[in-house]
This record gives sequence, C-alpha cells and structure tokens, in this order.
Amino acid sequence: MFEQISEKFEGIFRRLSGQARITDENISDAVREVRRALLEGDVNYKVARQFTEDVQKVAVGKDVAKSLNPGQVFVKIVYDEMVKVLGGATSELELTQEIPNVVMIAGLQGSGKTTFAAKLANHLRSKGRYPLLVACDVHRPAAIDQLETLGQQLGIPVYSERGASAVDIASKSIDYARKNARDIAIIDTAGRLHVDEEMMREAEGVKDAVKPHRILFVVDSMTGQDAVNTAQEFNRRLNFDGVVLTKLDGDARGGAAMSIRSVVQKPIKFVSLGEKLDQLEVFHPDRMASRILGMGDVVTLVEKVQEQVDEKNAARLEQRLKKNEFTLEDFRDQLRQIKKMGPLKDVLSMIPGVSGAIRNATIDEKALVRIEAMINSMTISEREKPHIIDGRRRKRIAAGSGTTVQDINRLLKQFSEMQRMFKTLSKGKFGRAALANMRFPL
Amino acid sequence: MGLLDRFKKVKDGLSRTRSTLVERVTKAISKKAKIDDALIDEIEESLLSSDVGFDATERIISDIRARVKAEGYEDASVLKSLLKEEISKYLAMPDGTQTSAGKPHVIMIVGVNGVGKTTTVGKLSYNFRNDGKRVLIAAADTFRAAANEQLKIWADRAGVEIVQQEPGTDPGAVAYDAVSAAKARDVDVVLIDTAGRLHTKTNLMEELKKVRRVVQKVIPEAPHEVFLVLDAVTGQNGLVQARQFLEAAGVTGIVLTKLDGTAKGGIVIAISQELKLPVKYIGVGEGIDDLQPFKRETFVDALFAESQD
Repeated sequence: MFEQISEKFEGIFRRLSGQARITDENISDAVREVRRALLEGDVNYKVARQFTEDVQKVAVGKDVAKSLNPGQVFVKIVYDEMVKVLGGATSELELTQEIPNVVMIAGLQGSGKTTFAAKLANHLRSKGRYPLLVACDVHRPAAIDQLETLGQQLGIPVYSERGASAVDIASKSIDYARKNARDIAIIDTAGRLHVDEEMMREAEGVKDAVKPHRILFVVDSMTGQDAVNTAQEFNRRLNFDGVVLTKLDGDARGGAAMSIRSVVQKPIKFVSLGEKLDQLEVFHPDRMASRILGMGDVVTLVEKVQEQVDEKNAARLEQRLKKNEFTLEDFRDQLRQIKKMGPLKDVLSMIPGVSGAIRNATIDEKALVRIEAMINSMTISEREKPHIIDGRRRKRIAAGSGTTVQDINRLLKQFSEMQRMFKTLSKGKFGRAALANMRFPL
Repeated sequence: MGLLDRFKKVKDGLSRTRSTLVERVTKAISKKAKIDDALIDEIEESLLSSDVGFDATERIISDIRARVKAEGYEDASVLKSLLKEEISKYLAMPDGTQTSAGKPHVIMIVGVNGVGKTTTVGKLSYNFRNDGKRVLIAAADTFRAAANEQLKIWADRAGVEIVQQEPGTDPGAVAYDAVSAAKARDVDVVLIDTAGRLHTKTNLMEELKKVRRVVQKVIPEAPHEVFLVLDAVTGQNGLVQARQFLEAAGVTGIVLTKLDGTAKGGIVIAISQELKLPVKYIGVGEGIDDLQPFKRETFVDALFAESQD
C-alpha cells in the first residue's frame, strides 16, 4: 500500500540528500514535489496544500542546514507531519460492556462494507467475542444472500428478514442477539450515495432505532478527491466514530486516508487488504507514514512473523542453524510458515527498500508450492543429507513432484548456497554483503 | 425515453459535477475581467478537484496558457469555452458501437471490486433487449458470495436469458458454455460478467486472459468488446487500472458508473489522453434504465450547461 507515494518521495529525497544544505530554493522544489506526489496519490488538493504549507513552515523554522544531512532532516519533518495528520497513535475499536454492543457499518456502494462486516466479525471472534451479523441491505439484489454466505463460511450467525425494512431488521436483531447470547451485533447497511436523501434518512433511521455504540464509515482506498465530500456528508448525518480503509492490497496510493482524517478528524480504525476473511489489520498511522516515505513497514512484518512462528520451533531452528544442521526438512517448515503469512508479495513489500523493485516484478506464488512438492517427494534421509541425491534419485523426485530434473538441480544448488550463507551467519559475519547475496530460491 | 429526456438525465446526473467544476470556474471568471495567473490557478484547482489528475491538468492548463498567449485573449469570459474545447479535445474519439458481422456479439465486463460490474451487466442487457436484441448473460463471477443470485435478479428484471453454474466453477467454463449456448440459440448479444479483481493480482488477471482464450475457441473474433467498469469516485488509480486491464483483457471501452453522486470521474480525461480508450456508457442512477450511451458532445455540454434548476 502507498508504494507509489513512497517511490516518489524516495526520488525527491535522494536528490535532496545529495546537497550540502537546505536553501530556500531547494526546499521549495522538494515541497512542490511533495505536493505533486500527494495529488497523484489522491490526497485532496486542499489537504495537500495545507500539508505542504505546514511542512514548509516547520522546515524553514528549524535550523537544519548546520550539521545534519538536510535530506534526512526533511524526511523526518515530512514523516512527523504525516504521522500527525494520519492520527498520531493507533486507535483501537473501543467497545463497551453493554450487551449486545452494536456496531453499524455505512458507506458508498461498492466500498466493501459487507466483506468488512464479515472480517470484523471474524476479528472480534478471535478476541473472544460472540458476534452476530445483521443484514440490513434490503436494496441491492442478493446482498442478504452475500452476507449469509460469508456468515456460513465463518460459522458466525447472520440475522435477517426478507421483506422487512432496514430499520425493522436492525431493531429486531438486537433482541435476537440478546436472546441468543451474542455480545456484539454488527449491522451491515446498504451502500448509498451521500446525496441520496431518502437513503441517508434510512441510515439515520437505523441509527436512531438501534443507538449503535460505534459507527464505522467504510471507504475504498482507490477513492479520489470526492472522498472528502462523501466523508463530510456521512459524518454530518451519522457522526461516525471511525473510518475503515478497504482494498489496500491494490496499488492505490490511498491518499483518501489522509484527506478524510484531516477533514473530519475521525480516526482510521482498520485497513482491509483482500478478499480472504482474515485479511484485516488495525490501522497504524506511524507505519502508514513510514510506508508513504519509503521506509518500509518493518513493524507489521515483525508482527506477522511473530504471529505465525511457533516459539519452540524457532528455538529449535536457531539451534540447528548454529550447529549448521539446517536441512531441507527445516527449509520446508520455513516455507510453510512463510505461506501462512499471506501472499509473498505483501510480505516482501514490507521490507524497506524492497517495495519499489518488487511492485513491478511478478512473484510466482506457486513456486513455493512447487518447492514444497519437491521436498515432499524426497525420502527423509535425502532431506537430511541432500548430497546423496544422485541422478537417479533426481529423476524419481522430479517424477514424484511433477517437476523437472532441472528444477531439482536448481533447488539443490540454491539450498547449498543457503547453507553456506547460514554458516557465515552462525560465525557472526552476517553483514550487508551476505544479505545482498541472499537469494530466495525461486 | 425521448432523446431530450435522455439528455436531461445525463445532465441531472452530471449536475453535481457541474456544480463544482463549472460553478467554480464561472465564479472565478466572474470575479475578474482579465485573464491572469490567479485565475488560471483557480481553474487548475477545479480540474484537480475533479480527479482529472496532475499530469492531465498540467497539459490542459499549459495548452490554455499557450492559446491565451498565441491568440491574444484577454477577456476572462473566453476561458470557459477554451476549457470546454480543451476537454473535448482530450475526449475526442469516435462514438458509436462496433457491430460484428456474425452473431452473437460478445461483450466482456471487467473491473476491480465494487465498481458496479454486475449492475452494469443488468442495465446493459436491459438496453440491448429494449433495442429488440436477444440477450444472454454469462455469470462468470463464480467467486463472490451470492454473485449468482444478484445477477439472476437482474436477468429476471431485464427479461433476458442467463447461463450460470455452481459457485467456484471455473469462469472460463461458464463463459464457454454461455457462448456455445448463445451460438446454438441464435442469440444477438452475450454479456460476460466477471468477478471483481484488483489489477495487481497477477493470477486473477491471467484468469481473464484465459476467459478470453476459451471464448475464442467458440468464436475466434470474440470478445468483440471488453468494457472496463470504472467507479466515478475512483481517483488516480483509475489510470493504473485502465493500463493493467487493457494489457490483460484487451479493454476496448469504459463504462463510468455512479455519476449520480458528487464524484466527477475526471480520471476518464486522463485515461482518454494516455490510452485513447473511449467512454462507452455512463451510469447515472440505480434504476435499470439509468445507463446511458456516452456522447462526448452531450457529456461536455452537460458538464458546461448553464444551471437551470
């Protein structure tokens, strides 16, 4: 997400870094480029202007030319301002003790409300809650079916009624939740244009009827300048509590996040990143700003790794690495864990410096599957001692895994390179050079 | 619906676009008698706020500046017509639908998630049927929950035939069956609805290529048209979408939806500029008859018509 802005800034700062000190002229160049990058990233033009003015004020007010690298100083200023605009700190969805808690979801057509509703239910369940999904979109054909299907996939109950009004469904769902011991009701409403008076009144009706504890406004990260109008109007009518940014797994720069945050002053709570129902993340302004500035999203990456890696396994692996006993079997375990972290492209794009290069490269996600198949087709002793794999065995493994002998050769060669690298690593000589030579065996 | 009504509908749909772009321009112009930098800056902002985008805006503005200089305009009131001409220039492209020699005429509908593909298929099928065509819909969105149900409702509303299979079926297989059936049943138009996909998902974009290939097994020159559905609220990412879908699916035209909000859809100007992709239809409401053929003159006229209501 946000890769394109990051790339732009990287370019600007690279130019700025080459200069000894900031002058009025070179900072105004940089500021203009920042504005351009923001506009190309769909940040509202007024917000972009305000932002660049603020950045310039801060930058000029500070005595930046004296000692530090001016480029880095400027990066820091832009970064800090960006974090500030994006909300400063992470804002969790706060719920109350009341049962059921009611969360209402609203937004334009096609912004991803129904998918988000299901994701939120899944997220809250993983935190020990008992959510109920409420299908109040009585307008779009088959919208209720859609939520019911998603509920079924998750094993989370969905309340709805055919032929009833949105307000009725919402009201009755609260009783239903109480009787069926569901402690959170998530109300999915129909998509509506903010200028559709009748539909906006319906949304207000649902709000009045169920008095939601939290109202979330869902917005597509691909939204352009109009994000501001929409958010302002929804906020005026519903006074929502937070924003959800969807479809961030695409390459939209997501400037809407910055526009909405600065215009309605409501926190962004979640980012939604794909069609799988577990692809929901809490919004982190600092990480997002890092991404915007091309610093990579290391924190999210580390968290993802932590989520997936089982401590005991990790300790065992460390031992093995130290003793230089890393085998193909361990390698396969690693591959499986990587696979659990989600699409490789997403994972790699979080590593600083990688994002730009990776975005245009095609990553063959199936390569992981093929490698796993190759290792699966080996005997245990082959996995432990790959050097025993001769031509005959290679043929057998290739046939067993549906690959070619060349594929097997490549895997074994890269694996032995990896082993060599780990050897250097265990001797503590793990420097930039080793890292640069590390190639993922794809 | 008469031609006049249609014009009014487009105009109504665009009235909010107009209210920002044109009213702002008009306001800016009325404040000044002479053309100066501040005035041109204001026009630049109007374009930016309509999602026309940085590069396209810059091009339009520099063209206007050049013309003002070369043709010696001083009076501010001329700016409006200059702007109108410049925008028309970038939208300049042949109107009208391609007609194929044989039957059926196959149209594939593609786009990212949530732009209104299924709704567009429903409305298009209604339009074609009203023109006396026999229409068949291929439900090749076998992925999204309840996509089949949604499309079935639209098919029933429009009174057209539909070919569906179980969710999870290979979309290519659905398209193949539908086109084969259309050929056998002497259908005039086949509309293939595909699942929403982000243009960054390589494997899903490959799937579109496959659907194309499969359809070509039945009719070598199909699909005759491929429409990229674009939500009017889409910002600069619309251009990236258009590039990617053009590359993977051979897009031939754009359907711009949800123009009945305040979003301006200005990104189509940038898309026209760069990719020469024509806008074929615009969606101006939720009713089944709210999909209008895009006419450049009507579009620009409606965009710049004086406010009457």
